[in-house]
Amino acid sequence: MNFDPRYSGRSFTSVGTRPIRPDGVDKVTGRARYGADFNMAGQLVGRILRSPHAHAKIRKIDTSKAEKLPGVKAVITAKDLPDLTDGDAAMYDILDNCMARTKALYDGHAVAAVAAVDARTARQALKLIEVDYEILPHVTDVDEAMKHSAPLINDTIFTEGLEEKPVKPSNVTKRTQYGHGDVHEGFGHADFVVERSFKTEQTHQGYIEPHACVASVSSDGTADLWVCTQGHFVYRQHCAQLLGMEASKLRVTSSEIGGGFGGKTHVWAEPVALALSRKAGRPVKLVMTRDEVFRASGPTSATSIDVKIGARKDGTITAAEATLRYSCGPYAGMWAEIGAMTAFACYKLENVKTVGYEVLVNRPKTAAYRAPSAPMAAFAVESAVDELAKEIGMDPVEFRIRNAAQEGTRSSYGPVYGPIGIGPTLEAVKNHPHMKAPLGKNQGRGMACGFWFNFGGQTCTDLNIGMDGSVSLAVGTVDVGGSRASLSLVAAEELGIDYSQVKAIVADTSSLGYNDMTDGSRGTFSSSMATISAARNAIKILRERAAQMWDISVDDVAWEQGHAVAKGEKHGNLGKLSLKEIAAQSGKTGGPIAGHSELVADGAGVSFATHICDIEVDPETGSTRVLRYTVVQDAGKAVHPTYVEGQYQGGAAQGIGWALNEEYIYGKDGRLQNPGFLDYRIPVCSDLPMIDTQILEIPNPNHPYGVRGVGETSIVPPLAAIANAVSNAAGVRMTHIPMSPPRILAAIEAEREG
Amino acid sequence: MVEVTLWGALGQLAGGKSKVEVEAKDIRELFRKLAEQYPGFEPWIDRGIAVAIDGTIYRDTWSKKLPEGAEIFLLPRLAGG
Repeated sequence: MNFDPRYSGRSFTSVGTRPIRPDGVDKVTGRARYGADFNMAGQLVGRILRSPHAHAKIRKIDTSKAEKLPGVKAVITAKDLPDLTDGDAAMYDILDNCMARTKALYDGHAVAAVAAVDARTARQALKLIEVDYEILPHVTDVDEAMKHSAPLINDTIFTEGLEEKPVKPSNVTKRTQYGHGDVHEGFGHADFVVERSFKTEQTHQGYIEPHACVASVSSDGTADLWVCTQGHFVYRQHCAQLLGMEASKLRVTSSEIGGGFGGKTHVWAEPVALALSRKAGRPVKLVMTRDEVFRASGPTSATSIDVKIGARKDGTITAAEATLRYSCGPYAGMWAEIGAMTAFACYKLENVKTVGYEVLVNRPKTAAYRAPSAPMAAFAVESAVDELAKEIGMDPVEFRIRNAAQEGTRSSYGPVYGPIGIGPTLEAVKNHPHMKAPLGKNQGRGMACGFWFNFGGQTCTDLNIGMDGSVSLAVGTVDVGGSRASLSLVAAEELGIDYSQVKAIVADTSSLGYNDMTDGSRGTFSSSMATISAARNAIKILRERAAQMWDISVDDVAWEQGHAVAKGEKHGNLGKLSLKEIAAQSGKTGGPIAGHSELVADGAGVSFATHICDIEVDPETGSTRVLRYTVVQDAGKAVHPTYVEGQYQGGAAQGIGWALNEEYIYGKDGRLQNPGFLDYRIPVCSDLPMIDTQILEIPNPNHPYGVRGVGETSIVPPLAAIANAVSNAAGVRMTHIPMSPPRILAAIEAEREG
Repeated sequence: MVEVTLWGALGQLAGGKSKVEVEAKDIRELFRKLAEQYPGFEPWIDRGIAVAIDGTIYRDTWSKKLPEGAEIFLLPRLAGG
């Protein structure tokens, strides 16, 4: 990578301003095209048959009646998606999840699919498919699944990470451990110790747009896929591998996206749509219903967490320990491991130990959800931290400030921190008017901290300058939160032109080199780095063209505020040449002017946030109302502050829903009882106060503008901040998320009864 | 020569060691020599290992230099949302 990513400390003209979003008009007028808005001539309707059983052996599937139904053009089962994963266990799991092979592993697992001329025929065909199931015992609870007596989901799983390989299979795929020091000795120095167990229920990202795609496979083996995704290049790789295609023969175009939050980071139904199209010889449109999104896409883990923290009278934490059990669905994951890494990352600890257990259950395959695994760990740890502060008699903010990690602190997951923002967010909260506002009867205030790693990754960008001086920016990271506006600001900043001259698009997989997906809060961090690099490459060409136009050496041409400037006394009479003037002459000075960049954006820089929440609890019904909410977070540099605030508010809103209402509810039969927004209640506007935000800017030393990712950290503190607020309002420590009215009422009544 | 700290799973593959010393100038050479020394590392390297150099995490920049005396931690490659 011939690009210096170090922070330069420069001042800005465009970056940091708040222009209107370029995709706004289309979105509010309904013109924007989402996954289900695309159609192709002659397309068929795809539908998937799903298991009604939580755990069942598939003895036989008879599709003959469905195939004979007039209007049915293709029926597929796992036989039409043979295993081409060549020993890649993670890809095999994705394949098996797309179409069950020998067993249905959860309620909603795909077992067959049809493509028909219309939706009615497709639905009729699904009813004609006969599946002979042998129902097996199931387990959906994370703690139950760890017991020796639990039904085995996969009898080839022997727990990894133990000192000795176990002799029997189990539902625990892996044990991991992080930390340093000696917690036993640390607890020996503690004057106060808090030890508690916590549970969090499974939640869905709740994106408004269901998974949707249109697949078209031609007889020559080439294919097109139009799809709602967070990473069309990743989808191309997955689909090509699973269908045995060359990646270059599959062009994937990403649609607008109505939310992803990690749930659209790997394929679910797209290989099925391609396999149907391949068999039918016609394009196939496949759109999940909301019921299918809940039952068969990837929610987050349910968890069970034990925490123990000890501190001296002066408020110094002497030891901290946690055991974290995370459900993975029926396939191995590393969700508890991430929880174990992030749990105590906010604190400076001499003695810390975290142990994670990955647990298989008969639920949908767990997927990433915005700072995956961190919110649950933070809920448990920050609840115990709050309780410990109370026992010591210290203000919870002062207690956290005393123990906050800082530059040079060894993190709980291993490395020593560089410059970080946890201390400044706590100081900002301490001084925020919200912390001093009075509270009424039955009202409580809570605060909590959160941490997330942030990632970079492979990134490729093209910047093309038209002959009229306008600039097209083609990026490969899907715009999930406003990156097209932010990247246009960055291009304008580098070139020295107005924001309105730049138009950013997300290019398809055949138009640009590979890009990792938009996850890990990397979209703006990575693509802004690539945009800066591409713009600087374009400026080099602009200078060369100006030198030609002036017939002077390029060494005598500088680029200043959107203009080529001839340097030196001998060129004193030459006026400036604008980008537009140089572009107009490009046909006569060497052809089109463009800048390209391909790089690995690394060094994303970790991120911290601290939230404050006021809650009112009705002690008669257990219902709650969020009265006030404040987010303080380090953004490194806010490229488009309105979008940054939107990310902060969005994370808080999702966290409020998770903390108070959202929950996968399974019946004794292992079937999901609430796969719809009526019974799985996400917050709506009337449930929320205006969420106040405060952006801190502690520059990331590994980005030219100091940018850090901002998309995920904001969902880490809410569960804990709200739990602390509810606990303070209700006078009883809440240990089970969501804190729905029945749980709050039960906790209040249990406390009254002693 | 740089000292590299391993996380638990890799430590088990290195015979229970939590730290190993490797003569390597950059991440690419570090991975090559670790795979030579500990063949069990190879599938992990193929799947992706992150390297923290003085606290900054690198996932794909294999050309990144390993300064003498730097703190080097190997970490699992994580998923994001």
